[in-house]
Amino acid sequence: MKRAAFSQPLMPVALLLPQLVIIAVFFYWPAWEAIYSSFFLQDPFGFGSNFVGANNYTRLATSSEYAKVAGFTVFFTVIVTVLSLGTALLLAVKADKVVRGAKTYRTLLMWVYAIAPPVAGFLGALLFDQNIGPITDLFAFFGYNLQIGLNYNDTAFAMIVVSVWKQIPVNFIFLLSGLQSIPVAVREAALIDNKSGTRRFWDITFPLLAPTAFFLLIINITYALFDTFGVIDIMVKGNPASNPITLVYKVYTDGFRGSDLGGSSAQSVVLMVLVLALTVMQFRMLERRIHYT
Amino acid sequence: MATVSVTDISKTYPNGAQAVHPASFDIADGELIVLVGPSGCGKSTLLRMVAGLEDITTGDLHIGARLVNNLDPAERDIAMVFQNYALYPHMSVAKNMAYGLKNRGASKEQIVAKVDEAAEMLSLTALLDRRPSQLSGGQRQRVAMGRAIVRDPALFLFDEPLSNLDAKLRHQMRVEIRNLQRRLNVTAMYVTHDQVEAMTMADRIFVLNAGRIEQIGTPSEIYRKPASTFVASFMGAPPMNLLSAQSVGGQVQIGGVALGLSCADGDVTVGIRPEQVAVTQGGTIPFKLTLVEELGASRLLHGTVAGQDFVVNAPNDDAALADDLMLDFAPDALHLFDAQTGQRL
Amino acid sequence: MTKISHNKKPLRLSTVVDHAILVIGALVMLFPVYLALTTTSHDNITLSREGLKFGFGDQMGVNFYTAMFEKGGFTEQIDGTKMLINSLILGIGFAIGKIVLSMAAAYAIVYFRLRFATFAFWIIFTTILLPLEVRILPSYEVVTGLGMANTYAGLIVPLLASATGTFFFRQFFLSVPEELVEAARIDGAGPGKFFIDILVPLSRTMIAAIFIIMFVYGWNQYLWPTLITTDESLFTLVRGIKQITQSVYEGNTIPEYGQAWALAIIAMLPPVLIVIFFQSWFVKGLVESEK
Repeated sequence: MKRAAFSQPLMPVALLLPQLVIIAVFFYWPAWEAIYSSFFLQDPFGFGSNFVGANNYTRLATSSEYAKVAGFTVFFTVIVTVLSLGTALLLAVKADKVVRGAKTYRTLLMWVYAIAPPVAGFLGALLFDQNIGPITDLFAFFGYNLQIGLNYNDTAFAMIVVSVWKQIPVNFIFLLSGLQSIPVAVREAALIDNKSGTRRFWDITFPLLAPTAFFLLIINITYALFDTFGVIDIMVKGNPASNPITLVYKVYTDGFRGSDLGGSSAQSVVLMVLVLALTVMQFRMLERRIHYT
Repeated sequence: MATVSVTDISKTYPNGAQAVHPASFDIADGELIVLVGPSGCGKSTLLRMVAGLEDITTGDLHIGARLVNNLDPAERDIAMVFQNYALYPHMSVAKNMAYGLKNRGASKEQIVAKVDEAAEMLSLTALLDRRPSQLSGGQRQRVAMGRAIVRDPALFLFDEPLSNLDAKLRHQMRVEIRNLQRRLNVTAMYVTHDQVEAMTMADRIFVLNAGRIEQIGTPSEIYRKPASTFVASFMGAPPMNLLSAQSVGGQVQIGGVALGLSCADGDVTVGIRPEQVAVTQGGTIPFKLTLVEELGASRLLHGTVAGQDFVVNAPNDDAALADDLMLDFAPDALHLFDAQTGQRL
Repeated sequence: MTKISHNKKPLRLSTVVDHAILVIGALVMLFPVYLALTTTSHDNITLSREGLKFGFGDQMGVNFYTAMFEKGGFTEQIDGTKMLINSLILGIGFAIGKIVLSMAAAYAIVYFRLRFATFAFWIIFTTILLPLEVRILPSYEVVTGLGMANTYAGLIVPLLASATGTFFFRQFFLSVPEELVEAARIDGAGPGKFFIDILVPLSRTMIAAIFIIMFVYGWNQYLWPTLITTDESLFTLVRGIKQITQSVYEGNTIPEYGQAWALAIIAMLPPVLIVIFFQSWFVKGLVESEK
């Protein structure tokens, strides 16, 4: 609040009301519903529901299928995060270094941000197409028969490639702006203190970039968990049962295709807890970040 | 043009911190008073209470004959110049000056006439179409002044208006503001932490410390008769020397040397301004010299008297100085303060 | 050294490597989309028979025309143009809604003495904890229950229930110098006048930046439109991708690659162009809003 804030009583209420109403109806109500119905089991024919306590949760904990999906989600998240962050860091450091064409490189490396995940998935489907995809052809040349949508591992591979490709721009933008915000004086001091460019990077640049990188870690985990939905939905080609999927995708298939409202809600709640933990971590780091600068 | 009358005004924040202790004073029509003190002393809070930007916890505030405690800032007939100028960055110089008039429903012709007149007065006529970002610091300062002038307010408020300027410009603007205020004959309250500004501009100075007014007086009163050790050390550069001394048998002495002053026995603080000390062979007080600062016309001699830090502002006669010197104080240049309370005796 | 050294440095190997890495990166980003473009320029039979082509054919005009102006292909009732319009409605509607709601809320929180401001802030703040994806099923039920399925309102409004924009504007308003509102109050401006005369003009670049981010975000929505719009006349291009893949990969006839990719290209084009042309605003918006 500003020191000399206005003191009209009604105006701020009127200003806040639209946002609060929308949040109440479309956020708090559904969130509550998710928690509430995670304790009920729906009648398969749609005739009401029974309270089953924590049954839906124990069902999840003992489900081998859920464990498999959770396992893939962890694997997928880690590998997408590591690959896209690593590639973007390399590109950002180079883009920050070159003098000629820096702006053009920046544009060429960030525009993919604007492509929707399902469209990226569709591009993946094209490249890995069974009949006409050039990447499939490339693998065939080396004697491997890549079968996207049919072979679990092949689909996982393609999903990871597409998800990493789609996420590089965001990481690139943040890392580049992080690099560019390192004061010139600090760089010059490092230049005087240290002859080796590699050492300068690891001793000075990288530590100063670490807060941005950590923040991006959270962003990437969130991306891999939630925003890749479109990529996955396109690349499983309507056949999620025999293909790798993530936890969010399972919430969707169980809820909408399997009509298992209780089970799907329990999965939602598990994800809520996960996101909550991530956010708390993010804020812890944010506090650190303020001390840094 | 108006008088200002303040009765037992105070400010307490919701968290219980008392920023301004009850204070009463009057400001005469056309007078320029300067509120001076270290940061956090409450001077800005006091000014902002007068402006209406800060609620008044207790007391009455009259501008002219009106009680304005509960009026909006816009209704108090005041104008204010801020430290960072607070110009509207997206408006031209002319629009910046006109905004307040426009909001008051002045006619177009009136606004143009007023703005032109103020611009003329401040030599801003050529800059009227510029944006604030295209102006220098001094020019922005003038626009902020212009915005205040066009309104013909009863009271001008200045909140450290010169502290963002470099030393040379600050000096120039000081003179300009003073001239302008005289010419317009408008009552003004001026907040600063710079004692030189206070001394040179004020009709009367209010020295504030920790939310209280320590002393009110003309610049020469403040300089010659500081009411406390705080005022004595805050006003004047370099500050007044303050020495712990004893009064034995009614005679004040330092390191066994009597100073020719008398008061009741006990501990006292003796003050003397560095420029009122003479270095002479015939002096009675020994001074140990440690450092000389050249100022050109004069030089500052840093050292100790009876083991306490002491500064002498001596005329620069290029003479070589020994490490041990003798000083002479004229008794009527000495100030006596209570050693405990710091109040003038 | 007695000789005056020249400023021009010799071309160093490391510089060449730097450029090589960047060029490869740029090509990897470009390649899939380039391939999508060439695909739109051939007819379906050629593609099915000979595989993807790296050069351009002569069918691009036909494919784009059919995709944009003929119903049938992938959807029964609407053509690409209608989907483009729906995408624009979603993107622009979402961006404007977001800016209006969040500016108003942030203004109330920052510039008013409001007893429950902190409480309101936390109510709004909490929404960043749970993305729509984790509460998708109950959200669908609530919106359907309100009769908003298959309406533009049902498509846009539930997406507005998040705090991102509010944070962004709150941060920005807090960074506006305190004295500006004080000067305005002394100049006789009330809350409405201050907002319109001072704050909105000051926020122009911020508004532009957030508009770009939000437009791209809205345009690219997929899961929510897939659920809430089953009526084809409300399909957006991105939503249509699902229909298109189904027909390409699950149908029995020769896949209509050319038209499919024509629509996908149209689905990419507006956000990509906006991001490229308003790059500095976009980067500012992205970096600031995620802070």
